[in-house]
Amino acid sequence: MVPLWMYLLVAAALFAIGTYGVLSRRNAVAILMSVELMLSAVNINLVAFWRYQSPLEMSGQAFAAFVFVVAAAEAAVGLAIIIAVYRSRRSVIVEDVNLLQG
Amino acid sequence: MNSGFDFLASLPAIAPEVGLTILAIVILFLDLRLQESQRRNLAIVTGVGMFGIAILYLLLWFPVPLSTAPADAIIGVTAPQSLGAFEGLYWGGMIRHDSLAQIFKVMILCGGALTALMAADTKTLGRKGEFYLIVIVSSLGGCLIAGATDLIMVFLGLETMTIPLYVLAAFNRNDKRSPESGMKYFLFGSFASAILLYGLSLLYGFAGTTSLPGIASYLNSEAFGAHPFAVLVSLTLIIVGFGFKISAAPFHFWTPDVYEGAPTPVTAFLSVSSKAASFALLLRFLLAVFPAGLVIGGITIPDFWAQLVTALAVISMLLGNIVALAQRNIKRMLAYSSIAQAGYTLIGIAALQGAPETSVAAISFYMFMYTFTNILAFAVVVIFSEATGSEEIKDLAGLSRRSPWLALTMTIGLLSLAGVPPAAGFFGKFFLFQAAVEAGLVWIAILGVLMSIVALYYYLTVVKVMYVDHGVDEDKPIPVSSTVGWVLGLSSLAVVLLGTFAVTPVFDWALRGFPSLFGS
Repeated sequence: MVPLWMYLLVAAALFAIGTYGVLSRRNAVAILMSVELMLSAVNINLVAFWRYQSPLEMSGQAFAAFVFVVAAAEAAVGLAIIIAVYRSRRSVIVEDVNLLQG
Repeated sequence: MNSGFDFLASLPAIAPEVGLTILAIVILFLDLRLQESQRRNLAIVTGVGMFGIAILYLLLWFPVPLSTAPADAIIGVTAPQSLGAFEGLYWGGMIRHDSLAQIFKVMILCGGALTALMAADTKTLGRKGEFYLIVIVSSLGGCLIAGATDLIMVFLGLETMTIPLYVLAAFNRNDKRSPESGMKYFLFGSFASAILLYGLSLLYGFAGTTSLPGIASYLNSEAFGAHPFAVLVSLTLIIVGFGFKISAAPFHFWTPDVYEGAPTPVTAFLSVSSKAASFALLLRFLLAVFPAGLVIGGITIPDFWAQLVTALAVISMLLGNIVALAQRNIKRMLAYSSIAQAGYTLIGIAALQGAPETSVAAISFYMFMYTFTNILAFAVVVIFSEATGSEEIKDLAGLSRRSPWLALTMTIGLLSLAGVPPAAGFFGKFFLFQAAVEAGLVWIAILGVLMSIVALYYYLTVVKVMYVDHGVDEDKPIPVSSTVGWVLGLSSLAVVLLGTFAVTPVFDWALRGFPSLFGS
């Protein structure tokens, strides 16, 4: 059986890639995608821990299911906001959206 | 606790949430039924409804410790529902009903109610039923996390509170700044949520359970085998996530832009409710999961988070207060001031180990008075910018002659933010610094006092502009509708009372927070 640490390593790598994406991407949609990568890392963690640590309790799986649902809700709201910005500004590049500065 | 599931006994733990859900449905129906011209009444329904929920919750379900309950009630024969409900875990261990949860739920409800009333006469929000609906849903999330004792509940409550706030910040699509602030808030907020969530998933992995008391007992037990480094990583990720939510420096980048760009009532709402709820959660989380004296692998975990929080507090106070000095836009100034206020409150969190009882009470009291104070200051900004279209500090010139009452309420709000005695802010800061001194953190209390003096300068500058400077439109008074007048009156009354007669009762109520945190 594949040991637990391998799953955790994959999750940590995904999380790191996601974080790098959020910090380096300029397109708002790409940042949103990077955040989704980070949430996938969380889900891998949760499900792997659930399987290896306490497979008899459902809480880990329930947690992962809730993360899916909430991530979908967050993406829906986020994309709507990004479209609203695009309509008023014709751009979703974060640096172009700069009315608020100080 | 009883082995069987008793619906009526479990109800008090989520009574405000149930009330808010019903209110949300009522608003949804009224929004369909009412004509455009009558939709302003939705604000009054929301405001009165939320105040009503808060009052009922206070009167009917005051938490009573199990130890002082009559014997037959403990056995579960006849629980005297009208006289109080028992502290403890409810709904499968998801929610705790206790004094700490109650005081924070009441302040979140007050914040939401005052926000709804404040928005009644604004052109952009006043006649939009969905605005009130989203405010109610966000308050619901805030109420949930004030009592959350399970990682799943923590996460769900936080997102139920935050996702509506993204929508609210981007609400006014006709103003280009509003969607921009919504987008910034969304990008930073979801990033912070992901970081926090990764920390929570690690925590779940160490303990194999999602319940906070379960995690605490596992971390304390001999069975715990993980390396302390892993616990520190998870703790750091969680504190970074919370740092974003409470807008503590250096995780504050989003704050000024979002506060400036969002419609002003929304700014008021997100500066009080989401902050109060996040502080309630942070308090409960740190005390319940990493209690004082927890040592893993030779490292005292509480010392680690206390140092981390102290660093955040110091940076927030310095940065917030100093950058606020240079602001010309009143909403931006209040944004930096709110970063500084988060810094003061974090002093209380840093003192949690040394003086838990006082600092829990001090944080609760501070957030309670901060809710009314900030609402008061923002309500004046709402009225002023609605009438003049300006948010610049220099345009407030001559406000004392233009609308003396408006200038007076703004002065009360600013003095309270600054911590000048007749207003509530003085006691708020006093209790926090007292907690720090009790915990042996004298230097941070001194820094807090020094930074309050710096803060006094920029708050008093606004007062000076209103009272001494001369403006062009001094003969044109600013119209104040009766609804917003009520907001101003209620919040100034609350601020003055919390600084004078109501200090002792409210602080005594807040003092019950810490002893009620643990047990069953």
